[in-house]
Amino acid sequence: MKILSALVTVLLGIGAALALYWVLNKLAELLPSKWEERIKPYFYILPAFAAVVLYLVYPAIQTIIASFQDSTSSAFVGLDNYRRLLSSQPFQQTLINTVLWIVLVPAITVILGLAIATLADRLKPGAEKVAKTVIFMPMAISMVGAATIWRFVYDSEPKGQTQIGILNAIATKLGSDPVAWLQQSNFHLNSLLLMVILLWAQVGFSMVLLSAAIKGVPVDTLEAARIDGANERQIFFQVVVPQILGTIITVFITVTIAVMKIFDIVYVTTNGNFNTNVVGNEFFNQLLTNFNNGAAAAIVVLLMLAVVPIMIYQVRHFRAEEANA
Amino acid sequence: MSGTQATVATSPTSAESQGGSVQRRRATRFDPNPAKAGWLTKIVLVLICALWLVPLVGTLVTSFRTLDDSNSTGWWTFLGHLGNLTTSNYHEAIVGSHFGRAFINTFAIALPATFIPILIAAFAAYAFTFMEFRGRDALFLTIVAMLVVPNYVAFVPILKIYGSLGMNGNFPAVWLAHIGFGMSLAIYILRNYMATLPKTVIESAKIDGASHFQTFFRLVLPMSVPALASFAIFQFLWVWNDFMTALVFIGPGENEPITLALTHLKGQLGQGWNLTTAGGFLSMVIPIAVFLALQRYFVRGLTAGAVKG
Repeated sequence: MKILSALVTVLLGIGAALALYWVLNKLAELLPSKWEERIKPYFYILPAFAAVVLYLVYPAIQTIIASFQDSTSSAFVGLDNYRRLLSSQPFQQTLINTVLWIVLVPAITVILGLAIATLADRLKPGAEKVAKTVIFMPMAISMVGAATIWRFVYDSEPKGQTQIGILNAIATKLGSDPVAWLQQSNFHLNSLLLMVILLWAQVGFSMVLLSAAIKGVPVDTLEAARIDGANERQIFFQVVVPQILGTIITVFITVTIAVMKIFDIVYVTTNGNFNTNVVGNEFFNQLLTNFNNGAAAAIVVLLMLAVVPIMIYQVRHFRAEEANA
Repeated sequence: MSGTQATVATSPTSAESQGGSVQRRRATRFDPNPAKAGWLTKIVLVLICALWLVPLVGTLVTSFRTLDDSNSTGWWTFLGHLGNLTTSNYHEAIVGSHFGRAFINTFAIALPATFIPILIAAFAAYAFTFMEFRGRDALFLTIVAMLVVPNYVAFVPILKIYGSLGMNGNFPAVWLAHIGFGMSLAIYILRNYMATLPKTVIESAKIDGASHFQTFFRLVLPMSVPALASFAIFQFLWVWNDFMTALVFIGPGENEPITLALTHLKGQLGQGWNLTTAGGFLSMVIPIAVFLALQRYFVRGLTAGAVKG
């Protein structure tokens, strides 16, 4: 029964999407042909644009307004939410943690992905496929699943008991006391360990895209460089990297955006305790635990402000690409 | 400079076919065969793969162990307790926790949330690539710029709209959200790909009297299959593994997907590591199968040069 109703819903949804375009197209064709040509492009992009406006542009505006209002969005309070957030010690820590994620994770993801893609490119096709599949596999796992999986790495049992987390099993074998890894906030060790989980999950994404780009580099450019006497390192940095720079930037930006909204991995492991909190998790705390709309909105607005430079860069990058094309 | 046999193979076939790299002849005296991995490369890769697999193997093993075993000994000792291995975790996860229901829900969410955005994005990408109209670049840049607006912003305002429409907790609520959230990236990828399609083919179709609708469905869509497929795979994986959107717009209950059900498994019975590992593996089967079946499209879809000529 459940299957049937789910199936019907799915078919209705997909059918509706197809019907929408058929109707839009028919509508355009009813117009005089001069108008048809003019109107049709707008009809074709209308659903896409409507989706973006409804789900991103409108909420962004609403959120900006709510960030100047009180916890129930009923009265304006000026900059109070921002003042309170920015002066609160825990939130400052949350900001620092988030910045740490943004600085470290995208760069490491790109470097690791590029390294693995380059190395795997030299294997025989069969072996390359196996290696890439192994690295990519965690992409297919949800963050909740990943957190479960990594519990068997970071787990810690009281001293004297058998350790069932592999890190502590190694640590105790080496004669040290078991360490509660995710509670070690010195030097942000626990945040770094959580980042490892994300890297494990995302390097596959970066590797797949970069590997595709590396394979797209024309072989004649490599051969020309070799004939000119360039060594493999020179070829990599001066021939391959410049030609795949577009992909590197795309991957970097995509991962940066994903990291800015990182939430689930913290939520299901430490829920922000032990100084591992990040902005995304704090947003949910304010919204769903503290029922403070104003603070939650202000957090998102701060996040959007942080995103503006990336946005400008993205648009510039796109313009430059267009100019080259 | 280069002490090599000097024939330079620059014919287009050798440049683009995979086989070309195998036949690559001795190129420099620094590295006799740069295209082949040395032992160092192989060792590094084997090590990386092993590191990547350890957590997975640990979970897989635990999912077949009894609760007592996995609470008292490390998973790597399972060879000493082979007799204790059991499938009861899987049984309990499926039967005892509505996991089957959550599985169906995830399908019901993921299929339309993958297909519909692709259709919508493909139409828009077609218009942005092959049609001339006023404001084209401005509209496109608006959409690309939205690529970097975090999804969070949508949750409160959209919850309010959904609330007044009575849509919270229904599948279309998440479909539409995923359409909105995935749209910028979808259009960006598809437009970039369509821009590499040979314009002459599309123009000659126009001269032959094909309408835009026909050109789109008969020419551009089939030619864009690699890009469509690669975006489809990513979107499917994202939606399948999505936790946040489902939590906000569907929430626990009748329509909850696997990612939400998994979090209850943990709480249930107090100590449910074993159930979570079994449930976790069940939830991974489909995405991994999808990836393995379609992975060749990644390479083709994301290297725009693939369709030249």
